[in-house]
Amino acid sequence: MAKVLILSGFGINCEEESKYAFEIAGANQVDIYHINDLIKDKSILNNYEILCFPGGFSFGDDLGSGKAFANIVRNNLLDEIEKFIEQKKLIIGICNGFQVLTNLNLLPGALAHNESGLYIDKWVKLKINPENNSPWLSGISDIELPIAHGEGNYQISEEALNSLKTNHQIAFEYKENPNGSLENIASVCSYEGRVIGMMPHPERAIFFNQDPLWTLKKDQLKRQSKDVPEYLPAINIFKNAVNYCKHKFENIHIAP
Amino acid sequence: MSIRLSIAPKQALDINKSKLAAYKNTIDLIKTFNSFSIDLKLNSEEEKNIEKLFLNSQIEELKVDENITDYEFDYLIEISFLPGVTDNQAKTAKKSINQYLKRNCDGEVFSSKIYLIKTPIQKEEILESFSSLYNPLIEKINILSKPELSPENFKNLAYVKLNSEKTSFSEVDINLSDEDLITLGKFGIANEDGSRRGPLALDLDYMKVIKDYFLNTEKRNPTDIELEAIAQTWSEHCKHTIFADPIDEVKDGLYKAYIKNATNEIRKTKAAKDFCFSVFSDNAGIIEFNDEYNICHKVETHNSPSALDPFGGAITGIVGVNRDAIGCGLGAKPVANTFGFCFADPEDKDPLYRDKDLKQKMLSPRRIMEGVIEGVNVGGNCSGIPTVEGFTYFDSGFKGKPLVFVGTLGLIPKTIKSENSELKTEEKSAKPGDYIVVLGGRTGLDGIHGATFSSVEMDESSPATAVQIGDPITQKKLSDAIVKEARDLNLYNSITDCGAGGISCSIAEMARESNGCRVNLNKVPLKYTGLSAWQVWISESQERMTLSVAPEKWSQLNEIMQKHDVEATVVGEFTNSGRCLVYHDENEVLNLDLQFLHNGLPKRDLVSKKPKDLNIESTESLSEYGKLKKGNDLSTNFKKLISSLNISSHEYINEQYDYEVQSNSVIKPLQGINKVNGEFAIVRPDLKSNKAVALSHALYPSYSDYDSYRMAAASIDSAIRNLIATGVSIENIALLDNFCWCSANKPERLYQLKEAARACYDYAVGYGTPYISGKDSMFNDFKGYNSAAEAVKISIDPTLLISSVGVLENALDAISIDFKAKDDLIYVLGSTESTLAEVNAKANKKIYELYHQAVKENLINSAIAVTKGGLAASVYKMSLAGDLGAEINLNNLKTNLSDDETKLFSESQGRIVFTVKPEFKEQLEAVFSNDELSCIGKVSSEKNLKIDSNNTKLLNIEVKDTEYKKFSKGFYNG
Repeated sequence: MAKVLILSGFGINCEEESKYAFEIAGANQVDIYHINDLIKDKSILNNYEILCFPGGFSFGDDLGSGKAFANIVRNNLLDEIEKFIEQKKLIIGICNGFQVLTNLNLLPGALAHNESGLYIDKWVKLKINPENNSPWLSGISDIELPIAHGEGNYQISEEALNSLKTNHQIAFEYKENPNGSLENIASVCSYEGRVIGMMPHPERAIFFNQDPLWTLKKDQLKRQSKDVPEYLPAINIFKNAVNYCKHKFENIHIAP
Repeated sequence: MSIRLSIAPKQALDINKSKLAAYKNTIDLIKTFNSFSIDLKLNSEEEKNIEKLFLNSQIEELKVDENITDYEFDYLIEISFLPGVTDNQAKTAKKSINQYLKRNCDGEVFSSKIYLIKTPIQKEEILESFSSLYNPLIEKINILSKPELSPENFKNLAYVKLNSEKTSFSEVDINLSDEDLITLGKFGIANEDGSRRGPLALDLDYMKVIKDYFLNTEKRNPTDIELEAIAQTWSEHCKHTIFADPIDEVKDGLYKAYIKNATNEIRKTKAAKDFCFSVFSDNAGIIEFNDEYNICHKVETHNSPSALDPFGGAITGIVGVNRDAIGCGLGAKPVANTFGFCFADPEDKDPLYRDKDLKQKMLSPRRIMEGVIEGVNVGGNCSGIPTVEGFTYFDSGFKGKPLVFVGTLGLIPKTIKSENSELKTEEKSAKPGDYIVVLGGRTGLDGIHGATFSSVEMDESSPATAVQIGDPITQKKLSDAIVKEARDLNLYNSITDCGAGGISCSIAEMARESNGCRVNLNKVPLKYTGLSAWQVWISESQERMTLSVAPEKWSQLNEIMQKHDVEATVVGEFTNSGRCLVYHDENEVLNLDLQFLHNGLPKRDLVSKKPKDLNIESTESLSEYGKLKKGNDLSTNFKKLISSLNISSHEYINEQYDYEVQSNSVIKPLQGINKVNGEFAIVRPDLKSNKAVALSHALYPSYSDYDSYRMAAASIDSAIRNLIATGVSIENIALLDNFCWCSANKPERLYQLKEAARACYDYAVGYGTPYISGKDSMFNDFKGYNSAAEAVKISIDPTLLISSVGVLENALDAISIDFKAKDDLIYVLGSTESTLAEVNAKANKKIYELYHQAVKENLINSAIAVTKGGLAASVYKMSLAGDLGAEINLNNLKTNLSDDETKLFSESQGRIVFTVKPEFKEQLEAVFSNDELSCIGKVSSEKNLKIDSNNTKLLNIEVKDTEYKKFSKGFYNG
């Protein structure tokens, strides 16, 4: 089974499109939970195989991006999330979700203000680390995704960076650094790749018409008498997770 | 015990350095801290433990109390909020601490920003260099040298205390002479010390009606709160009196005669094709989208507040118009924001002052611009609403007051399920017996007109009455609770936004639905004590909505609100008594006939007068090309045009605004390989549907100098044509009007207004495009002094912004502006005439319909509506966007014009440039009649724009973004 729980509340704002991406990817069930509902009944998490921390502006980045939301998770849900990871289940943090996961130390490193000091929304070319074996990334090649953040400047100590490299935990690098990130790092993972965080937004690169040059590509395909595709490659990130869970948790029913 | 925690980014990551870059030779920024003064009665273990809530040690360092002074520095500069100004960081900090300690701590948290600097300069110069980092209207600055710092005074720096004196209400003697009535209306109610509370903005006609009502109908004097409430409700801002009152022969007034009538007639003509669900009556206009959803659209202005506090004014504007969507019908989800900024040239450094003594300096055009851009950035981005479309327009007339337009598109299901039926979401009605529920932010002294802030200990003048800093997160929680939960459970009967006039307007407005209300002001949750009854009633504190809730549904609604961390409070009930009743401290402080409150204001006859003709040499001088300082060389002039402020890129703004959240973007604000600004955007708000919504706008303020009728015609035609070009059918387009005028009490300005309104009627009816919502702002004038202490008055050009919204049947049919391939044929549709030539709606409508037929036959692969900068700028933008070139021969352009420059740069309306694959030539030309269409050239792979005329080479310009993006790329570097 591949059932997805997506967190919401306090300024998270990408929960609906994240839900939609998992649904298109074939998830058996996708539910959005306000974090307060999950705190009220923590056992809910047992019913899911994938946990998604979507993008947004939790608490308006007031204490620093992701910090205040991470404080709530740490004070209420950390044990349950650690258990979730032990069960070989999957977690993704996108943008603000990535910032939350680093603040919780579930992923290494930290995300500082963009070097320019400005928020930036643009599409970027990403290089996949071929040695990374995250279940989220099977078969994913170099890809273009949009970023939209003010604090995406990935920073990590030299020592931790070395271990990140040794363990092939870097998932994506920017081909052109948009924010000052060390070693162009855009995405990292942990726990054998089951927990992944990324500043770019794969859920915004699902439909063909989300590609910034889709009108040009459509025209080129038409000139070659070819059909336009319905989806973009980033849908495969969600499909990978769904397929992994369907396979892995085929017959397992975990009692609530 | 209190504690102070200060957090700084590690040295290399300090982005604040760039803000002081201009002073890098004199000021060395050592550290920048976010500092929190925490006065919450914590024990010492707790004080230690909460540190980790604030610190990410990988990228930050933390200092406790005066340990901040460990560094080597000369001065400490602290910037903190003035009393009463919303401090969001402090709110979040307190919440994090309460959560962690699992109790509600008594006390306060204050946030501030601290800079440690090394410098040889003195305090006065430091203050000057930091002037761009703080706004004295909402913030205070403390500059202390290292020797002046002691542990105690450091701890107390940020503290802000309010005292708690208040009055309930007072009686105001209304039995006054005309002269005294004028004074009361103009300067407001007298305080005990003889000072006045600030303008009621009620002139003698109104004051006499009020006097008559109280003395003869109520047979008593009014209370202060009654007068304030009437002033709010009758204000130009709320009642749009200039648009409502009879003017000359137009006895119904401009709004009814020209705007509302146009819509009514169009709807009648469209009959079965009428897509309007709710127009003019609600917070936003509602039209049909698909089988499941309707959409609503509203565009607001927030001009005056943005002149004083650009950041606060703009953020309040954007989150305010978001609330128009949330409060529209039974609640729409905001799905796209739009913006439009009119500024003076940011290079204009000649200061303006509000006073003759040159002490109150106005913010510079650049400061205003930066602050406004950032305000919409924070408001839109934090709310999770994509900001998909917008414009900048520059003219020296906006130096005194910028125009800040903000718009929001909303998505609302057509029906929701109730117990036994389907409810139409565009209908709502408060019922007698319903609770009046105020949701969201607390009420403070924000936005109270000119009220003096007498309850503050400090000597700053009226700080909290300035515009507030909006709090998008509080509103996001409120929005989620309403449009993602409470609405679909049918938990309220009516909803409206608290905007201008605060609850005095929102409650009294909803009370019309049930025909009465009873309110207890003591129930309204306050930010701080010390507010008098009238202040609570008219405060414009942000992030509030008013609901009408049946008593049996209150507990379920409140539960949802609590989960979302949204404060909900019952402050009274709706009745059917015909009266608006308000209590405070068990006194009846307001008891007014609802009829009188809403409809008692007298109509006044406005008289207009045709202004003297301005001596305008040629209408071409009003075009963007005509406004340039030109030389003899056409290439140089053309480059000047491409790099001019009103033609060139505003990518630097678009890229700061998240235009892709909600995953609904179809055509983004930047188009093609080289990212060129289009004048429209397309979103797909319901991901399950292929239908899309296209949004655009147009304005031509400079044309008003010549003829405001034609100015309005141009705005309407361009706004429509931008959508036509991308493939929207003219049958699916609706319009919104925003009139921003100046000196609207002058007969000459009223004449221009009347002419523009008349054009609004003629062209909307001509095109069959109804108005669904509108707004006006009538006095965009600045009166003050220049640096020589000479009195100056700066008025904007009369401006009509027309926003257009249209439904596209299939998102994948959208046409972008970028050229697609070499050898494609370039056509001009519509006739090229001189700038400001009469717009022919009938002829245009016909060619727009034919164009749509060509679109449906999939013949067109790129298109742009010709607007500012004329034909040449249009073709250049298409080339640049496509990273291709063009070969144009002007001999092939069918036109009566003889002058090549005019052919290239005239801004005559009704034209679309588009491209077609060569093999579609015949099929395409068969759609149109010969004289409407000119094939002027073809797309080339060589990246040059070559324009020939009569066998001479007029222009050969390399297609690259250097000029087009010069301003955009340089803005934050220079």
